[in-house]
Amino acid sequence: MMQPGSLVWFARHELRLAWRDWAWLISGGRRRRLYWGAPGAIVIILLVHALAYLALKPVADFTAPPDQRTLIVIGGTLALYGSIMLSQGMENVTRAFYARGDLDLILSSPAAATRLFAVRLGATAASILGMSLVLTAPVIDALAALGGARWLAAYAVMAALAVAAVAVSAIATTGLFAIIGARRTRLVAQVVAAIVGAGFVICMQFLAILSVGSLSRLAVLRSEAAVSHAPAPGSLAWLPADAAAGNWRALAVVASIACLMLAGAIRFCAPRFAALAQATAAIPDRRRRARRNRSGFRPQSPAQALRGKEWLLLRRDPWLISQSLMQLLYLLPPFVLLWQSFYGGHGTRLLVPVLIMAAGQLAGGLAWLAVSGEDAPDLVGSAPVTPARVWRAKTEAVAGVLVLSFGPAVAALAIIDPVPALVAVIGIAVAAASATLIQFWFRAQARRSLFRRRHVSSRIATFAEAFASITWSGAGAVALVDPRLAVLPGGAALAVLAAAWAISPARQ
Amino acid sequence: MAETPTRLALDTSGLAKAFARPAVDGLELRVRAGEFYVLLGPNGAGKTTTLRMVCGLLKPDRGAIAVFGVDALSDPVGAKRLTAWLSDEPMIYDRLTPREYLRFVAGLWGVDRKAEEVAAGRLLGLLGLAGHADQRCEGLSKGMRQKVALAGALIHDPRLIILDEPFTGLDAASARLAKNLLRERVDAGCAVIMTTHILDVAERMADRVGVMAGGRLIAEGTLDELREQAGAGFASLEDTFLALVESGAEDGADGSVAA
Repeated sequence: MMQPGSLVWFARHELRLAWRDWAWLISGGRRRRLYWGAPGAIVIILLVHALAYLALKPVADFTAPPDQRTLIVIGGTLALYGSIMLSQGMENVTRAFYARGDLDLILSSPAAATRLFAVRLGATAASILGMSLVLTAPVIDALAALGGARWLAAYAVMAALAVAAVAVSAIATTGLFAIIGARRTRLVAQVVAAIVGAGFVICMQFLAILSVGSLSRLAVLRSEAAVSHAPAPGSLAWLPADAAAGNWRALAVVASIACLMLAGAIRFCAPRFAALAQATAAIPDRRRRARRNRSGFRPQSPAQALRGKEWLLLRRDPWLISQSLMQLLYLLPPFVLLWQSFYGGHGTRLLVPVLIMAAGQLAGGLAWLAVSGEDAPDLVGSAPVTPARVWRAKTEAVAGVLVLSFGPAVAALAIIDPVPALVAVIGIAVAAASATLIQFWFRAQARRSLFRRRHVSSRIATFAEAFASITWSGAGAVALVDPRLAVLPGGAALAVLAAAWAISPARQ
Repeated sequence: MAETPTRLALDTSGLAKAFARPAVDGLELRVRAGEFYVLLGPNGAGKTTTLRMVCGLLKPDRGAIAVFGVDALSDPVGAKRLTAWLSDEPMIYDRLTPREYLRFVAGLWGVDRKAEEVAAGRLLGLLGLAGHADQRCEGLSKGMRQKVALAGALIHDPRLIILDEPFTGLDAASARLAKNLLRERVDAGCAVIMTTHILDVAERMADRVGVMAGGRLIAEGTLDELREQAGAGFASLEDTFLALVESGAEDGADGSVAA
């Protein structure tokens, strides 16, 4: 029997929690869904594998040793996933310090907190690896089918990347605590995580826009410029790419470096874990004084009170700020494309579907916060305001943020070319309205802090929201070519909405 | 003597609500203006469901609710304007300060800005929150959050104040402050309806006590009247309450309707 408080005991505890968390995430708390979902998941996995196989087959001969161009693509892809893993790692490690959950219980027990921290770092590495493998596993398997089992080494490289990302995250977060203190670390770490996560993708898109005039990352990686600037084969820079292609010596080096990094992170951070976790617990006791009336929150009517409250809460939520920042960062490459078009006079039309899609996604998140993520539903429910007025005020709050986020882009677009601007305005309005309606039909009361898991309450709502955004975005793109053809994707979007309404709890 | 409708702060008749089983079953509840009414009952008796229906948070399956003569089902906004609801879990926003929270609540009830400032200053001072007025609620203790929520319930000067376990988490001094505030409102002609499991509070504060069990009002009256209903030999409210609930349960088992 394992010793309570030991490393294995903590690992088992974490594994059980992670499994139940995952099962809840998948099933939404309904066990039957797990059984029903399994055959569907198998079909999707097979389908994705088939697609990856068919996409890779004509690209190159994967039985041969990789040439420089292939190494660049592999290296670039690993760097992309590394940056995403680093972003997720920073977010998860920060949460390990701040989320109280069972931390108070464990820290108040005689068990060694250092062991818990070591296990939580391992669990973080496993979870971010799992998330990345959802996308990369079909590609790796297809490569193994086309080029031999040596490509399976890419799994080990991905694991090494996850371990290294978590090690860097732990050291960076602990460093932030030392430099800026416990109170600011959460916000800064989340913002840094957002920037790191989006940074690489955005930089690649910038390069693509500036060099080949499109948003495609692969185009940059396969360009002549990339080949001419890349290190020569045999350089240490290619170690991870070589390892992924089945070079066992390179793999051994990569894996050893990752393990050493993790061991170093545990050695450096674990002894400080308990003290830092206690420091985060003490934050609420400190006074966070705001100057009187600094917020300018002075509602004159119930609608103003509701709108103002939504905006104020949005402004004060570090996690939502980082998410919104991420959304805005992803809009930067299209803005650059717009800026280029301002001088070049072409390419603005590409922006329209991007803007519509982004607006639909942002509106969905905001609408969830306003409609379902109400922390005082009884207070609002018992106020002398009709439900219709409450919903209208909340919808206006969502619309206000959208106008602020997309207004400048659309205005700039209108100066360059009024027709795409008009299509963008209509598209943004209908995509945002669709996402808001879906959130309204599928509303289910939850704490704002559960925003991260909002999709769990209704997968149908999540899919409907995504499909509606995609189809409206498609309608916008098609409308610029031939407005009559936009009827097709527009009709599809309306069909998605009608289907969502038909099966929504609001109707039933 | 029968109460005239205008003197009744709350008048429910035939109120019923069922979930998996009946939670409230044909409830007849009348509370007068200027009365402190305490609703007692074991867990699952239907107290919170009743109060949530009165506040417009739940729709009754059948029955009628009138708040100071305003039909809460046909004119919910009119009834809500007169009512305040405070649950045992403070309904506040972590990222608002108490002052901002009070402004928000005042905004919801359409309170004039000047009146709101005066009332907020007074309530924050009375409840010992003045020093925390500009500190975000996430940093407040449970008791202080409860006091913020209480201030929110009183900011719009409601005529019917409904409180579900309001003293949970309050220290003795804060509880006394809250009781004094509520008594002040009752003396000014408001009605307070409160559920509590702290029988000592009920004994000290209630003008009348109602005892619910199985979704029905099984006994009602002043403490002396309740003791009389329970039978001789019950000196404390706790003994009286337990005897009434026990007899109510037996009546329920017989299928008869309790008094």
